[in-house]
Parts: sequence; C-alpha cells; structure tokens
Amino acid sequence: MAENRYLLNAQLAQMLKGGVIMDVVNVEQAQIAQEAGAVAVMALERVPADIRKQGGVARMSDPGLIKAIKESVTIPVMAKARIGHFVEAQILQALKIDYIDESEVLTPADEECHIDKSRFDIPFVCGARNLGEAARRIAEGAAMIRTKGEAGTGDVVEAVRHMRTMNREIRQLAGMPTEEAVGFAKANGIPYELALEIKKLGRLPVVNFAAGGIATPADAALMMQLGCDGVFVGSGIFKSSDPVRRASAIVKAAAFYNDPEKLLEVSMDLGDPMSGLSVASMAAEERLAGRGW
Amino acid sequence: MRDAAGALGVLDLQGGVQEHLDHLRRIGVSARAVKRAAELEGLAGLIVPGGESTCLSRLLRLFELDRAIRHACDGGLKLWGTCAGAILLAAENLGEAPALGLIDIAVSRNAFGSQMDSFSREILAPAVAQEPIPVTFIRAPKIVRAGAGVRVLLELDGYIAAAEDDRILVTVFHPELTPNLAFHRYFARKCGLEPGGADQSLDPGWTPQSWMRFSHRA
Repeated sequence: MAENRYLLNAQLAQMLKGGVIMDVVNVEQAQIAQEAGAVAVMALERVPADIRKQGGVARMSDPGLIKAIKESVTIPVMAKARIGHFVEAQILQALKIDYIDESEVLTPADEECHIDKSRFDIPFVCGARNLGEAARRIAEGAAMIRTKGEAGTGDVVEAVRHMRTMNREIRQLAGMPTEEAVGFAKANGIPYELALEIKKLGRLPVVNFAAGGIATPADAALMMQLGCDGVFVGSGIFKSSDPVRRASAIVKAAAFYNDPEKLLEVSMDLGDPMSGLSVASMAAEERLAGRGW
Repeated sequence: MRDAAGALGVLDLQGGVQEHLDHLRRIGVSARAVKRAAELEGLAGLIVPGGESTCLSRLLRLFELDRAIRHACDGGLKLWGTCAGAILLAAENLGEAPALGLIDIAVSRNAFGSQMDSFSREILAPAVAQEPIPVTFIRAPKIVRAGAGVRVLLELDGYIAAAEDDRILVTVFHPELTPNLAFHRYFARKCGLEPGGADQSLDPGWTPQSWMRFSHRA
C-alpha cells in the first residue's frame, strides 16, 4: 500500500471521531442507524449476541447483503473479515466498502498470523486488549484501533479494562527514559520505532474507538471520558426494546460525553436495554477477546 | 490571548475538530471548540468541520444550535464549512433537506464513491495562494451549482471544489489534513483577523499526528 493511501485511510478514521458506529444486519436497520446519526455502519449477518447464542463457525457475511446495505446509505460501510482470512479481505476490498474490521467476533481463520494489511488499499480497523496488541496491528497496517471489549454481552467491563490497560501502559512508556523503552517494547511486544512514537505522542498514533459491550448512553460516555475517540455499538442497539430512541440517545451521549445534564436528558425513557450477559459468569472459552494476540 | 471578538470557533459535535484547532494555532489565531449556542458569543468566525453530515445535522437540530448559528450569521459571524461542513451550509443538498442552508450552492454528497476513491492532490487557487497547495478529498461531496451571488474559488474536472459569498466559505476538501495553512489564513482575513507568523503556505512543522495535541485524554 502506498504511504499516501495509508494516510488517507487513517484520515477517514479521524473524520469519524466523536461518532458512533453501529452494527446492522439489514437495509432497514442501516437506514435507522443513519437517520439516528451513526457515522458509519458495520454490515453483518448476525450481531455478536446472536453469533454467541447460535454457535458454529462465524464467517464473513454474504457480500450480497453487504452490497444491499452499502447501496441503501450514504455514510461509510464497514464489514468484518475473520482474523487472518486475507481472502475474505480481498473480497471485501473488491466490493469497495469503506473499512474492514479484522474481527475476533468471527471465528479466526489463522491462529498464527493476522492479515498483512499493508498489502491492501482498503483501510482496516483491528481490536486490541492492550498497548502491545494495538501496536502490532498498527505495524501490520491497521489505520484504526478499537478495544476488543467482550462483544455480544452488553457488559462494558472488558472494554473498560482494555482502555484502562492501554492508558496505563502509554503513561508508563511516556514517563520512562528512552533507554528503558527498549526493554518495555520487548516485554510488551511493541515494535521499537512505534514505541518511540507512542512515547512522544502520549497516545496511539491512530484513532482509537471503544467496542465490546456498550449498551447505554452512559456506557458510551464512560468510554469517551476514558479517552476513546468514538464508540462502536454492536448488539446494544438492535437487541434493545426501542432501537430508534436508543441509537439516537447514544449518538447524543458520544457528542456530549462530558456534560452530565445532557447525559441525564438523553438517558431517560429509552425502554429496556439488551438483557446482557455478565462477563464474570462466563467460562474462559466463551470469551471472544482472547482470539488473536 | 486576544479579546473574544478576535477569536475563531470550531463546531465541536463530531469529526475533524482538533485538526482545525491545530491549524488555527499554527497561524497564531486564538481559537476554541464550540459545543453550545452560548459559546458562539463574541466569535468573529466559525468553522464547521468535516465529519458525517447526517450525524452533524441531527446534533445541530437537537440543541437548537442550527437556529443559533443562523442568528449569529445574520449578526455578522463568518462561516467556513469543510467537506461535511460545506454540505451543512449549502442551500440545496441533493437527496436530503438542507441543514443550515446559508449559501446558495447545491451539493451532491459522497460524490466520488467509497473510501478507495478518496485522494489528495495539488491545486491552484490564485485568490487564496500564489503557489500550488495540497488538499485532501475524503469521501468528498461536489458542489454542482453555485448561485448568482457566489464566487467560485476553485473548479476542478467539471465540479466546483471551493466557493464563497460575503459571509461564507465552502471547500469540499480538507486543508486541515495537510501542511497547507493558506485556506486558514484566507478565512481568518475574511473574518477581519490578521494571522500571525511567517506568511508561508506550507508549515514544515506539521505532521499527520499534529492534531493529537488537542485530542482529549482520560
């Protein structure tokens, strides 16, 4: 990928800052999301909560469905490829969507290698639980990062853990003398040049969104106050009792994340949130965030 | 700090806010983010940044910021819309109702295709800068019609990319995503401010991460 193309791709993510990216499974939901003020939609066959419930192998969605969604909205359209499945990524690039999510929500196709994203013109967003994971994805060519969280649960605890972990590790790196950064980079699996850049910037060098378990306006504002640039909401909208109101409320909460009075106003009378699944009650093998490295 | 009437604002609802704040800092103009109607008070000009125009138009309507901006514009506030901002300022938005509707142009949203059709290039806009300047188009709109009172500043392959009237500047591209400061200087002067610093079009100190000094932290 040309350097200029990578920059353009990172810059599209910059234009999404402060916004909400919503999972949608059909044209009707995509239009609801756009009308509510989503900055992009993630087109997929099943939201993570259903993938979790139904089990089996989760793969890239039918391109016909993604194409129909793409034709129904003017906002950017993202879609998921399995970790390491570079042919699914080639197909999504041929479809000319706007962003690929190399996602742990789908069943990984490769347990050793993630996709070499530098070989593509289309941008990628990747999940991360900590600074090392984020840096390795950026080194592979990701133009945007998101926390993994624990998708399909409606429990924000893992997204908070991942964001706090990244913040803590960035503070440690930023505060240490350069000679200690070599050992820190080695211990955390961070490419050294990237470690120096993160140390200098005091943050990730690309846009970083929160994802995984966000279900309420307060969850979205929490992640924004923890320093995220924007949020993904997967199952949290269309698994709630009133998706139209909830989608709009979460958009407002992301914009006014620092204003408790506005957050109060938008949090009222939204109906039932998705019922959810406490991450603490789940067995280790049921957790999706452990996929990838 | 100069007095408040010497300040420019950047509408801070969603999108490329920090990038504009960084450019305004580079030309030595005092600038602040604007989230609420009351924060428009005393501004000489307001930048409506790029982002997603549907999202921005919903948020503008929500807290009656749209009314406040129209009112301030009647009172002399100058406006500049980049990309989605230009869509919001346009009187005619093909396929959707106009948002602020303050300049007599028609725009076509996302007129180039998907992200893979985004591009950057150099342009010549003699009214703005003598030398060629780089600009970036991200899922950009096109201005497809400009009314009688509107001056075209830049026309490219069959569409208008930058235009203005006495109150409002619109560009479908993003000078704030490049080292190019010429458009920010041009807008500051349109607002009656004299930008400081060397009068060079390109800032060699700019990097693609420069905006991050204004990004919010935990």
